[in-house]
Amino acid sequence: MQRIGDAPTVRRLLIAAAVLLAALFLLLPLVAIFLQAFARGVDVFWANISNQYTLAAIQLTLFIAVLTIPVCLVFGVALAWLVTRFRFPGRRILQTLIDIPFAVSPVVAGLVYLLLYGRNGWLGSWLDSYDIQLMFAWPGILLVTIFVTCPFVARELIPLMQAQGSREEEAAVTLGAPGWTIFRRVTLPNIRWALLYGVILTNARAVGEFGAVSVVSGAIRGQTNTLPLHLEQLYQDYNTVGAFASASLLALIALLTLAAKASLEWRAARREVHA
Amino acid sequence: MSTRSFAIGLGSTPKRVLPGFGLSLGISLTFVSLMLLLPLTGLFGQLAGLSLAEYWTIVTDERVVASYGVTIGAAAVAAIVNAAFGLLLAWVLVRYEFPGKRLLDALMDLPFALPTAVAGITLATLYSSNGWMGQLLEPLGFQVAYTWVGIALAMAFTSIPFVVRTVQPVLEDMPHEMDEAALTLGASDVTGFRRVILPHLWPALMTGTGLAFVRSLGEFGAIIFIAGNMPYETEITALMIFVRLQEYDYVGASAIASVVLFASLALLLVINIWQGRFIKRLHGGNG
Repeated sequence: MQRIGDAPTVRRLLIAAAVLLAALFLLLPLVAIFLQAFARGVDVFWANISNQYTLAAIQLTLFIAVLTIPVCLVFGVALAWLVTRFRFPGRRILQTLIDIPFAVSPVVAGLVYLLLYGRNGWLGSWLDSYDIQLMFAWPGILLVTIFVTCPFVARELIPLMQAQGSREEEAAVTLGAPGWTIFRRVTLPNIRWALLYGVILTNARAVGEFGAVSVVSGAIRGQTNTLPLHLEQLYQDYNTVGAFASASLLALIALLTLAAKASLEWRAARREVHA
Repeated sequence: MSTRSFAIGLGSTPKRVLPGFGLSLGISLTFVSLMLLLPLTGLFGQLAGLSLAEYWTIVTDERVVASYGVTIGAAAVAAIVNAAFGLLLAWVLVRYEFPGKRLLDALMDLPFALPTAVAGITLATLYSSNGWMGQLLEPLGFQVAYTWVGIALAMAFTSIPFVVRTVQPVLEDMPHEMDEAALTLGASDVTGFRRVILPHLWPALMTGTGLAFVRSLGEFGAIIFIAGNMPYETEITALMIFVRLQEYDYVGASAIASVVLFASLALLLVINIWQGRFIKRLHGGNG
């Protein structure tokens, strides 16, 4: 049966327009990152990556991501279990609250942490009296990164766990299984792919966060510079090829994220066909 | 079956069948209070020391007001462009089959996956006067980099997935019969689209566009490289907060940040209420 917009000319025209615009607007920037990174050859690219400041930035970025993921994972699973398996007063409010990081501008996110934990902040001045400094050091970067990434895992899990319901877990309870066994043997196999995608999204955002991190980091070369801050400095110093070398590493992580999403969706679609 | 139907009454307090309520509640509440709510108190602590008149002077400073204009104007243009572009992309991805479709679909998430600073330097390089796009556009009289057009472009780039991914599922679930009825009754493609499809997509399209607009208001990393950051001309509000911080004017930064924070929270609330109403309409009235 014919549908609206199915006439061959209309169809071809719309597909051509969409592909052309997407190529110019989305694909061209992606290609440009890698071409710029290799603009002066592989050797220069390699020299830029193996530069001590770049290596330090990569190290710090990975360190922050590795610490952020478990925190977000525990929080995300706990929150999803809480709001999909129990009814209690304040459930809706809790679900709305976890969206705050998505609504807040990254600069504002960095600012509120700086105000609280900075030397002038009430918590910061108390910590300062014990000689603990969180801001302009890696703990500050870690805190704001957790803030901006914490909704991802929960947001992936909640719709899925809601749709699946709690029958299987309840059956396990009646069979006398203890709590952790239920989670490990019943819940986890059902949610593992969503969990994995949540972690991948958390990682992508954690390694790429710029606005919030630039407020609290102090951007000391070789010490508190994450990869996005490092490429900003290189770019401001007119070292474009160097900046794009760092950018290409982050773009590669973004591409892997997209590939992971596509393959997880493909797997879900295939399962639906078989079911 | 909901958990409640499984709860067994024990006196006045119903017993929860599944374990882990205390643990998950504890973790969630601790995290939300420590990581999300406590930091916000720092902002209000700073503002508490200000009188209303002082607050007003800071947030209506001439340069700050100019930055609101630049931010809102560019975000509005970006949102409108994204509404049209996003609708086209969602339509093509749902309604047609063509080679490379899965690749195009995957590409839609690129702006969410790509770090904003990377997007920022890439767009600035492409659209500067000796970049690939800049070389094409400048002889035609379009200057993109270091103007508000560049700001709108960066905003449009980072927020396009909101429109595509909100419209796509609604278009997918749209029943065949709606198209068929319109065409059988003799409507042309244009009339059918305007009178049948667009009204059906409208709520999702507005929600997606609204989310894209809110995201653009707060965007920072993608914009600052291409904006040129001239006071009064191409300076966005997020950058104003940053500038105040570098002047160690924490109070000023907090006051401007509170304006941004309230504006985005209020807009999100409006979008949520509006979305709730149309979902009710879809599932309530007509079934």
